[in-house]
Amino acid sequence: MKMITAIIKPFKLDDVRDALGEIGVKGITVTEVKGFGRQKGHTELYRGAEYVVDFLPKIKLEAAVSDDLVDQVVESITKAANTGKIGDGKIFVTPIEYATRIRTGETGDSAL
Amino acid sequence: MNIRLISLLLFALSGFSGLALAQEAAQVAEPIPDKGDTTWMMISTILVILMTLPGLALFYGGLVRAKNMLSVLTQVFSIFCLIAILWVVYGYSLAFGDGGSLNGFIGDFGKLFLAGITPDSMAETFSEGVVIPELVFVVFQMTFAAITCSLIVGGFAERIKFSALLVFTVLWFTFSYIPMAHIVWASGGFLFEMGALDFAGGTVVHINSGVAALVGCIIIGKRVGFGRDSMAPHNLVMTMIGGCLLWVGWFGFNAGSNLEANGVTVLALLNTVLATAAAALAWMFVEWLHNGKASMLGVVSGAVSGLVAVTPAAGLAGPMGALVLGAAAGAVCLWGVTGLKRMLGYDDSLDVFGIHGLGGMLGAIGTGIVAAPALGGMGAADYSIASQLMVQLIGVVTAVVWSGIVSTALFLIVKAVMGLRVTQEEEREGLDTVSHGERAYTMM
Repeated sequence: MKMITAIIKPFKLDDVRDALGEIGVKGITVTEVKGFGRQKGHTELYRGAEYVVDFLPKIKLEAAVSDDLVDQVVESITKAANTGKIGDGKIFVTPIEYATRIRTGETGDSAL
Repeated sequence: MNIRLISLLLFALSGFSGLALAQEAAQVAEPIPDKGDTTWMMISTILVILMTLPGLALFYGGLVRAKNMLSVLTQVFSIFCLIAILWVVYGYSLAFGDGGSLNGFIGDFGKLFLAGITPDSMAETFSEGVVIPELVFVVFQMTFAAITCSLIVGGFAERIKFSALLVFTVLWFTFSYIPMAHIVWASGGFLFEMGALDFAGGTVVHINSGVAALVGCIIIGKRVGFGRDSMAPHNLVMTMIGGCLLWVGWFGFNAGSNLEANGVTVLALLNTVLATAAAALAWMFVEWLHNGKASMLGVVSGAVSGLVAVTPAAGLAGPMGALVLGAAAGAVCLWGVTGLKRMLGYDDSLDVFGIHGLGGMLGAIGTGIVAAPALGGMGAADYSIASQLMVQLIGVVTAVVWSGIVSTALFLIVKAVMGLRVTQEEEREGLDTVSHGERAYTMM
């Protein structure tokens, strides 16, 4: 089992969700986050007072998947979230030690 | 053609007979108030209340950080209520009474607690023989006092101690607002007798409060983190709603100041649209040229600066004069909140001085120009711009000096007695929880 964490542009969420549904991902968790990377922020001006906004809004998407799905998931997120412009985001893959479905007590891949 | 001629003749005849009737009536009875005038004055009063609550409160509230939202709303709300009560206890009497030997500067205590004012008491208007119930004049003027005191809180928003603010407000109302109102508006008042033109209160309301806010923000000091931390407005939608309510309410403020419903009232209303629109666009375009973007906050701030500037000129300028005055105000006040503020380095949180102080001065002086009949204004035929400008300038200097001295003294007194600001930790935490024990927005 692997945890796939993707940081994407907010307006790409629906595309990514559809793409993941198509390849059989059963569930994802989404969080609204802010951060900075290579994409530069912008400045805001209120009556002459200038504020630099470094942290840009992004979506953090987490999906726990079985090992055989990992490559497909990474590929479809990469495709669906791509705009070709700086700030498209990143995907991280980390191992999961253990998983349980709370309702039934199933563990491992069948809990996903 | 014939029909038109006949109707004109009939109109003229009815006018003459009406005049004759009115003269007869005047010999036998006191003038009775017109129901239309009375109704208009009640509506105007309600509009000025709307202008403060929730207009000014929301306009200011949206401009502060989320942690201070309720503090600003509470300040404006409670100041309005406080002044409403003080006005009937002693404010009206001192502002509009006859002060005898001191009448140039202050009234008397003859109408304390509104003594002697009944529904049958009448107040004069600017037209011979036209009166309105004195009670409607009392309550109309009450709303002016209340909004003036409320305006000041924008200068030192996000750091003032609530109790100190209330004490300061009582003192400032008594020693700055009341004398200025008397000097400008009461018959016998020093500027009133000098012929200073101030239709709806540019000096009494805007210069007065603008200078007090400037003095206040300097004595209280800058906000913690000023120039370093982000102090961006937390909700410009609220500011837009508040700004629009200010505009709507200002029709009561400006057109109501004619004290009756006639052609001049409509002129004041029209000017209150034109100057505001011109100022909003002027601010927007100058900002656009300068920064590359036209901002919503710019448009709405420009509108308020136009409202401020046209206040003294509302029923005195012609429509084109008001338009030019408004456009000038939009550009000048934009400089006031950017260039001037940066140059002098004070932290007038919500730009009370930049918009109300500066816009008020521009309006007071500009009124001397746009009131000229040669420029479409309502001045008398022998109107002299030069001599009127001199009088207007005396009015501005009087307001600046009076408000400056009184405000400085009062802020220093309150500071010495109880302190003016919250502690640094409390300021960082936000006034909503620290002073009022609640927060504006609760997230699950």
